[in-house]
Amino acid sequence: MFRLEKRPTPSTFWIYATPFLAVALTMVAGGILFAILGKDPVAAIKLIFFDPLFSADYASYARPQLLVKAGPLILIAIGLSLGFRAGIWNIGAEGQYVIGALCGAAAGLAFFPTDSRWVFPLMVAAGALGGFLWAMIPAILRTKFNTNEILVSLLLVYVAKQLIASAALNFLRNPDGAGFPGSRNLAQIPAMANPELIPGTGLHWGGVAAILAVGVAYVMLQRHILGYQIKLAGQAPRAARFAGVNSDRLIVLCMGFSGALAGMAGFFEVSGPAGQITIDFGAGYGFTAIIVAFLGRLNPIGIFFAGLLMALTYIGGELAQLVLGLPAAAIQAFQGMLLFFLLAVDLLANYRIRFILPGAR
Amino acid sequence: MERRTILKGGAALGLAAGLAPRTLLAADPVKVGFMLVGPKNDTGWSQHHYDAAMKAKEKLGDGVELMVQESVAEGADAERVMSQMALGGAKLIFATSFGYMDSVQNVAAKFPKVMFEHATGYKTAPNASAYNARFYEGRAVCGYIAGKMTKTNKIGYIGSFPIPEVVQGINSSFVNARKANPKVEIAVVMISTWFDPAKEADATKALLDQGCDVVLAHTDSTAPLAALKAAGKFGFGQSSDMAEFAPAPRLSSIIDNWAPYYEERIKAVIDGTWKSQNVWYGIKEGMVGIGEISDAVPADVKAEAEKIRDGIAGGTVHAFQGPLNKQDGSVWLKDGELPDDGTLAGMNFFVEGITTKMPS
Repeated sequence: MFRLEKRPTPSTFWIYATPFLAVALTMVAGGILFAILGKDPVAAIKLIFFDPLFSADYASYARPQLLVKAGPLILIAIGLSLGFRAGIWNIGAEGQYVIGALCGAAAGLAFFPTDSRWVFPLMVAAGALGGFLWAMIPAILRTKFNTNEILVSLLLVYVAKQLIASAALNFLRNPDGAGFPGSRNLAQIPAMANPELIPGTGLHWGGVAAILAVGVAYVMLQRHILGYQIKLAGQAPRAARFAGVNSDRLIVLCMGFSGALAGMAGFFEVSGPAGQITIDFGAGYGFTAIIVAFLGRLNPIGIFFAGLLMALTYIGGELAQLVLGLPAAAIQAFQGMLLFFLLAVDLLANYRIRFILPGAR
Repeated sequence: MERRTILKGGAALGLAAGLAPRTLLAADPVKVGFMLVGPKNDTGWSQHHYDAAMKAKEKLGDGVELMVQESVAEGADAERVMSQMALGGAKLIFATSFGYMDSVQNVAAKFPKVMFEHATGYKTAPNASAYNARFYEGRAVCGYIAGKMTKTNKIGYIGSFPIPEVVQGINSSFVNARKANPKVEIAVVMISTWFDPAKEADATKALLDQGCDVVLAHTDSTAPLAALKAAGKFGFGQSSDMAEFAPAPRLSSIIDNWAPYYEERIKAVIDGTWKSQNVWYGIKEGMVGIGEISDAVPADVKAEAEKIRDGIAGGTVHAFQGPLNKQDGSVWLKDGELPDDGTLAGMNFFVEGITTKMPS
C-alpha cells in the first residue's frame, strides 16, 4: 500500500521534473492510443516531436513555423499567468484576442490607402486597447457588482465572435472583394503588414512582443512590488488584505494586462500570418493559451518553453495526420493528455508517496 | 494435397508479384491533399468533400494516395498545412473552404510545381484553379416546389451568413416560388453558422411560428427536417439527399456532388493535362444534384419542377431572368435579360418582394 504525505515545502526537484515526466507519460499513453488505432506508435511519436525539428523533408519549413504558432500562445499565456497567480480567472482571452484583431485592423484600414510609418504602431496600440477594454467589462463588473469574471469573460468570447463576423461581412468588408466576406488583406499592404523580420526564422513583431513580455513578466514577478502583491494575493488572500493589497486594483490590473496582451496577439496575427479579418477569425489561441500557462507552471520562462512545446504538438500533429492518416481527434486527445498528465503529476511537487507495509501504520 | 495447393498458391503469388511492380513503377502513386474546414464526419460540408475524395480515389485506384487534413482553421494554419502537404510530396491540393482563398494564393506562389484547387472562391493563379457549384440553380427547383406547396403563402429560409452564395440561394428560391405562386412571401433568418443542429431547429420553429409552412435550409444538418416533421410541414434535403425524411417533410433535395470533378482533376494531373481554370458548374455538369421529388408533391407540380430542372441543364430555363428589380425598386435585369456571372458571383442584394433587410 502507499499513501500521500504532504511535503512541508514543495519539492524543488519535482517542480522542475514534473513537466518532463508529463511529456514522457503523454508519449507512452499517446503511443498506446495510436497503436490501438492501428498506427505505428513509434513513427507517430517521432513525427510529432522529432520530424518538425530535424527531418530533412519538413524541418526547414516547420522550424520557423514553431515561432509563428507559439508567438500568440506565449503572449496571451504570459498575460493570463499573472491573473491566474493572483486567483483572477480570465477565461475569455479568446474574445480579447478577437477584439484586438478587429480594433487593430479597423484603426489601420480607416487610413487606407496610406504608407505612413506611424500606422503600424497605431494599429498595435489600437489592438492592445481593444483587448484591454474588452477585458475591462468582466473586471469592472467583478469589482463593482461582484459578478463572476470566469463566466462574464467566457460569454464575451461569443459576443466578440459575432462582432468580428459582422465586421467581415459589413463595415470592414473589402470593397474590392466582389461582395465576398473578409477585409482587405493587411499582409499585402506594406504600411500595415507584419512580415517575417529575419528570413527563415518565422519571427514577426508578435514573436518579438512575446519575448519582451516574457522578460517584463519575469522581472516584475521577481523584483517589483506588483509581482509580490500578485503572488501574495494568490497564496494568502487574507494576508494580502492585511498587507494593504487593494484587491480591486489588482483585478483591474491583471485583467487589463492580460486583455491588452491578448489584443496585441490578435492584431499581430491578423496583420501577419492570417492577413485578414474573416468570419471565423478566432481559431482558439485564447483557449489553448490557458493550457500553455499551466503547462509552463505560470512561470514566464516556463511559459516560453510550454508555448514552443504546444506549437510543436500542433505542427507535428498535422504531420502525423498527413503521413499516417491519424484522425484530428486523436491529436486533440493527445494534447489533452499532456495537460492531464501535467496536472496529475503536479501532485509530486506537493506530496511525497510513502510506501507502507501491510499492517504497519 | 494441402501442401501442393499452398505451393500452387505460392507460385501464383510469385507470378503476380513479378508482374505487379511493372505497373506500380510505371505510375508512382500521385499524392493528392485534401484540406477540410470541419471534421471529415460532420455529416455536412466537409464530409461531402471527404466522401467525394474517397469516391474519386476508388475510381482511380492505387495510382492515387490521399493526404487528408481535417478541421483546419483558416489563416496561418491553412498555409502551414498546405505547405506541409506540398513538402510531403503532394502534386495536387484541394482546399475546400472559401476562407482558404488567400492562403491558397500564397502557398501556390511558393510551390509553383504543385497544383491547387480552391473551392468556392474567385482567385486563380497559373497553378491554382477555383471551382464552385451553382447551388442557386438547385434552389430554383426547390423554390418552385415550395411556392406550389405552401398553403399559408409564406415560405421560410434559413441562411448562415449573408455571403453571395447564400444571397443567390434566397433570391433564386424566392423568384421561382413567385413564378409558381405570385402571392408567396419569404421570411429569412440568418443564424451565423453552417452547422449547429440546435440553432437550426430553433430557427425552423421561429419560422413556423411566423406562419411559414415550407422551410428551405442552407445549413447542413437534418435538424430543420426533424422539426418540420414534428410540425407536419415541408422542407428539402440540403447538401445530401436526406432521403430518410422522404416523402414528407422532405419534398426533394439539393445535393452537393463533387466526386466527378475531383476524379476529373486528379486524372488530369496523372495524365499531365491539368490547366488552371475557374469553373462554376451547375445541374448540367452534375455538380448540383436534385434529389428524387417525393410523392407528397402532386404529379403536375412534380412534372413542372422536373421541366425546370431539365431546362436549366439544357440552358433553356434560367434561375434569374428579367424583368427583375432589386429590393430598393431599382432595375436589376431588364425584360428577358440574363445576369452575367460577375454580378451573380458577388450578389449582395435581395430582389424586390423580399421584405427582410440585408443584415448589417
